[in-house]
Amino acid sequence: MPILSLQSVSKSFGALTVTDDVSFDLAKGEALGIIGPNGAGKSTLFNLIAGNLRPDRGRVMLDGTDITADSAMRRCASGIGRSFQIPQPFGHLTVYENLLVAARFGGAIAAPDAPGHCMDILHRTGLAAVAEKKSGGLPLLQRKRLELARAMATAPRLILLDEIAGGLTEGECHELVATIRQIHAEGTAIIWIEHVLHALNAVVSRLMVLNFGKMLMIGAPDAVMASQEVREIYLGIEA
Amino acid sequence: MANLSFPSPRVLPALIGLLALAALMAVPAIAPRAVTQDLFGILTLLVLAMNWNMLAGFAGLVSVGQQAFVGIGAYVMFAAVILWGLDPLVGVLLGGLAAMAFAVPMAFFAFRLNGAYFAIGTWVVADIARLLAGQWKALGGGTGTSLPKGTTKDMFGVPLAKDLLHVSSAAAADAVTYWLALALALVMLVASYRFLRSRSGLGMQAIRDNEQAARSVGVDPLRLKALVFLLTAFGTGLCGALIFIQITRVTPDAAFSVQDWTAFVIFVVVIGGIGTLPGPIVGVIVFYLLQRLLADYGTVYLIVLGALGIVVMLFARSGLWGRFSALTGIDPFPLSHRPPAPLRVTASKASLI
Ligand SMILES: Nc1ncnc2c1ncn2[C@@H]1O[C@H](COP(=O)(O)OP(=O)(O)OP(=O)(O)O)[C@@H](O)[C@H]1O
Ligand SMILES: [Mg+2]
Repeated sequence: MPILSLQSVSKSFGALTVTDDVSFDLAKGEALGIIGPNGAGKSTLFNLIAGNLRPDRGRVMLDGTDITADSAMRRCASGIGRSFQIPQPFGHLTVYENLLVAARFGGAIAAPDAPGHCMDILHRTGLAAVAEKKSGGLPLLQRKRLELARAMATAPRLILLDEIAGGLTEGECHELVATIRQIHAEGTAIIWIEHVLHALNAVVSRLMVLNFGKMLMIGAPDAVMASQEVREIYLGIEA
Repeated sequence: MANLSFPSPRVLPALIGLLALAALMAVPAIAPRAVTQDLFGILTLLVLAMNWNMLAGFAGLVSVGQQAFVGIGAYVMFAAVILWGLDPLVGVLLGGLAAMAFAVPMAFFAFRLNGAYFAIGTWVVADIARLLAGQWKALGGGTGTSLPKGTTKDMFGVPLAKDLLHVSSAAAADAVTYWLALALALVMLVASYRFLRSRSGLGMQAIRDNEQAARSVGVDPLRLKALVFLLTAFGTGLCGALIFIQITRVTPDAAFSVQDWTAFVIFVVVIGGIGTLPGPIVGVIVFYLLQRLLADYGTVYLIVLGALGIVVMLFARSGLWGRFSALTGIDPFPLSHRPPAPLRVTASKASLI
């Protein structure tokens, strides 16, 4: 049984259809990449999966159970962890406390185990040195890392990552890929929206292309990137 | 070996606190009655401020309708004494409970609103409560009513305080209400501290900072906000009832005054430091001093208060206490959760992604 299954999911904002009849399955522990031009509806798809938005039509299934009506809070407890493309830290709390909230609530991790769990993630994401800094004062790149770290702290079985590699140096990007591969190796399913294709391809086994809310293609990264249609959409970006 | 940190920064404030508490408890025995009455006013304002600080400073619920709970507390206490023949202190408890009960439908309405709309919504509901109180004919309708003479003479604890302090019944009643206000302030302080340090307190601060993100890490905003709204309504209602035992006369305008029970309270919290536990204590002291200094100047007093509030909001957003704490590093009520010490040491070795 797939861990996640979208069945004919659609969402419109007024006259603008941002998610148009999207269906796909994600196997347990699979890593899927999503690409597509700006405004294609990638982040909206995450909002639909994580429960921040409700679809107009269609169903979202987790482990074969219909979760379409579940709140974001419930879905987090059920094992979906997400990052936000525009970082949304708890600004008055420290970096460590940001993770602690995620661990104690969404992760349902007991009080004695939570500090170790959080510090482990802070080390893995390179945030340990700023653990006691107020998250509201962090520069953008560290806020993005915090998005990843906080999603990890909810102990998810499926993690949704929204453009976390932009703006990194080559070395930093390498480290990020290593971190995400490790998350994957531990059995967590991943959906990663990313414009940095070489980073994405180092992690995912399938690639989905979104354009104007429609799923244009889904399949092996090589085959997807070789397709004429995708090359046309990406001409400006890849060249 | 987990806790090898120096004890002195924690012990000194605790010692000062205990001494201050002992001195405050002794006030009715050693100081003139006017001092007890003044301090009663300060302590009850502090309780109101701590409640509002929990709402606005820690839960992000900027209510401008707290006078609803003060007024309901006061009116139900009066009803308990005049209509039902109960002890005023039983009336205080009933007043608190009634305020909490009223908070349920109020939350049902106001929680549908956000930000400024929430503030205005709470104000509107409070004003409806004021109008309803004016319809309570048995308690004097729009002109209000007074506690029967000698009500507090037989109040629970007053005969005892009278024997203990060798004073008149009136002074003994002052002492009893004063001690209750002191106890309320203390309970409020300790309970706030413990709540904020708890899992729920952490979740609440996450909601305040970003409700959408809080939901996405598994926090239930509605449950936690409702909890805080109801509990602070209870505390505010208790305090309101207690205040009106002292005033002995209730009218809808006085009991549901947005200026006395919300505007001044907001000023106190903002000046002292919103979102900090000592903030309201500092704010209430500053407020009292200003009141004493400027009491003879009428409206000038309000203008100075407003101007000071604006200056603090512009140039010291964390308030006087926040500024002081940031400069000196002193914080007797540390709310932050610190990473485990052994791991903290290795932090510098962390790799970069
Ligand atoms: N809450 C909303 N209300 C109205 N329109 C919205 C809303 N959220 C997104 N949109 C619109 O939906 C479209 C898709 O947005 P979305 O953020 O999903 O795109 P995206 O693929 O993530 O783009 P990017 O690569 O820039 O992040 C855009 O045109 C956006 O303006
Ligand atoms: Mg996006």
